[in-house]
Amino acid sequence: MKAVSPGKGKKAKTDPTEEIWNLRLYVAGQTQKSIMAFANLKKICEEHLAGKYRIEVIDLLKNPQLAKGDQIIAIPTLVRKLPEPLKKIIGDLANTERVLVGLDIRSFSE
Amino acid sequence: MVKAKHDMDVLEKCPTGIRGLDEITKGGLPRGRPTLICGSAGSGKTLFAMEFLMRGAMDHKEPGVFMSFEETIEDLSKNFNSLGFDLNGMMSCGLIATDHVYIARNEIEETGEYDLEGLFIRLGSAIDSVGAKRVVLDTIEALFSGLSNTAILRAELRRLFSWLKERGVTTIVTGESGDKTLTRYGLEEYVADCVILLDFRIREQISTRRLRIVKYRGSSHGSDEYPFLIDERGLSILPISSLGLDYPVSTERISTGVPKLDAMFGGKGFYRGSTILVSGTAGTGKTSLSAALADGACLRGERCLYFAFEESPRQIVRNMGSIGIDLARWVKKGLLKFHSARPSLYGLEMHLVTFHKAIEEFKPKVFIVDPVSNLVAAGSSLEVKSVLTRLIDYLKMEGITAFLTDLTHFGGGFERTSEEISSLIDTWILLRDIELQGERNRGIYILKSRGMAHSNQIHEFLLTNQGINLIEIYTGSGEVLTGSARAAQDAKEKASELKSRHEVESRLREQNRKKKVLEAKIAALRAEFDAESEDLRLMAEEERERQIVQAGDRLEMEHLRKGEPSTVRRSAKKRSG
Repeated sequence: MKAVSPGKGKKAKTDPTEEIWNLRLYVAGQTQKSIMAFANLKKICEEHLAGKYRIEVIDLLKNPQLAKGDQIIAIPTLVRKLPEPLKKIIGDLANTERVLVGLDIRSFSE
Repeated sequence: MVKAKHDMDVLEKCPTGIRGLDEITKGGLPRGRPTLICGSAGSGKTLFAMEFLMRGAMDHKEPGVFMSFEETIEDLSKNFNSLGFDLNGMMSCGLIATDHVYIARNEIEETGEYDLEGLFIRLGSAIDSVGAKRVVLDTIEALFSGLSNTAILRAELRRLFSWLKERGVTTIVTGESGDKTLTRYGLEEYVADCVILLDFRIREQISTRRLRIVKYRGSSHGSDEYPFLIDERGLSILPISSLGLDYPVSTERISTGVPKLDAMFGGKGFYRGSTILVSGTAGTGKTSLSAALADGACLRGERCLYFAFEESPRQIVRNMGSIGIDLARWVKKGLLKFHSARPSLYGLEMHLVTFHKAIEEFKPKVFIVDPVSNLVAAGSSLEVKSVLTRLIDYLKMEGITAFLTDLTHFGGGFERTSEEISSLIDTWILLRDIELQGERNRGIYILKSRGMAHSNQIHEFLLTNQGINLIEIYTGSGEVLTGSARAAQDAKEKASELKSRHEVESRLREQNRKKKVLEAKIAALRAEFDAESEDLRLMAEEERERQIVQAGDRLEMEHLRKGEPSTVRRSAKKRSG
């Protein structure tokens, strides 16, 4: 938590200590890619963001209208809603390094 | 079995509602299949697609989905408002659903396998929301710039198109032209049913838009390049050669607007729906003849469309007023419509499209182009011929009488246009300058007029303040005379005629006199003869009397002598007997 603040300090304006990572994973049904993406995400979050993340899984088969809002075209797509700015990672998140870059978590591990 | 196969083979078509397109595609785009519209930037792809949706929703009760990968929906609706398409209104009516797909590469990280199911879901829900029958994807190629894994993209595009086919929606996919391929990313590979290419080219500072059907599987189609136009009513495409020679013909005749000219055409004028060309050098009265025809048409209550490429409408009205043709009243009444433009204002095809549009809107009975030769300035002679052929075919189809004037150059004989279009022309009138004795006069004659008896005489063509008049020109003694020379010749002829008449009269008198002399002579001779005859008769009488007297004397003498009476009597008897 303390380690996050210097890295985030540049972008987040207020109260970096209370920051919660709000992540949204868009899937379409229980496909293999979706299941894999969720598993990969869970692992990365546990390793790097333990205790301060929230993952919301949205199944577009059930809520198709939600796809428009976050400009989802690819499945699976991971959207970092918070902290800002918005980030998107598409794919099954198998490449941890790229996920970290995409979520801008790398600074945290340094 | 065979029948079922046949039914399958017949391709159902989806009318686009775009003017002209349904004619060249013979019914529209392939229903339930994707069509690729490709072209360079600014060639009108988005407009094409949008009009397809709008017409479908408005005219064919087919709701649609517009999925934009480039412009936002706000921008789109603003852009199309100016073309009379109320996108927002259609959206609120539930006839059109829109979705703006925005892909920013810098926001997206790709890690591992993915698919485009999100896009499918969005499209699917949009289709379901309005019950869409038509779908536009504009421009789906944006995906290629947004996502880097082209292998996945290609596989997904293939899946997308077969999915769209399964859903039975008629789809338009737009794609930007590539260097050597139809589209930059080879979309034509996936959309195999129908490909239409839009082209926008500039030659000699004149731009022309053209459309070509590159491919239409399972259907015959026009394969030419068709010019099209984008105007305030959307797109209009002009079929170049879909018209044949099987137009209806009329035996009705219409006045030329000049009674004496009617007389040259057997007293009845032109055939309705025929094409008339008037050739002449500058100032021979082509516009005046056009105006007379327009005036005549309006007098009959017919509409007349007048395309002026040389003068402004007001100038024509003013100038024609000076020869007693009041066109202003017809303009006011709405029977006469002028359309004035510089020929070089836009390309030839554009002119043709403009003609079509104006004709469609105004529905004239008489159509005048003054002068048609000026169009040469807007294209090559081959193009001019092709444009005029199409125009004339179209006019004949509609039964509109076409009156084209053709400006020829001094000493040049018939100019290019005339030669090229002469075979299309039914009636060809020639106006000529006749220069004689320091005077220029106008002559008019009919070069040809199909299907009617017509005068072969050159007439003098006079523009007076009471209108146009034709006068028989002097053609005696091997000469053609006009103007004052004709008048002088007329006077001379009259004088010589008078003279010869006098001569004849005097000779007649002389003859009469001679006859009388002769008769007198005859009378005199007869009198002489009669006199001689009388003399002769008298002489004979005298002689007889004398003999009688003689005989009497002899008897007396015998009697006196009394000698030898028998011999004397005998001899006397013999003599007297």
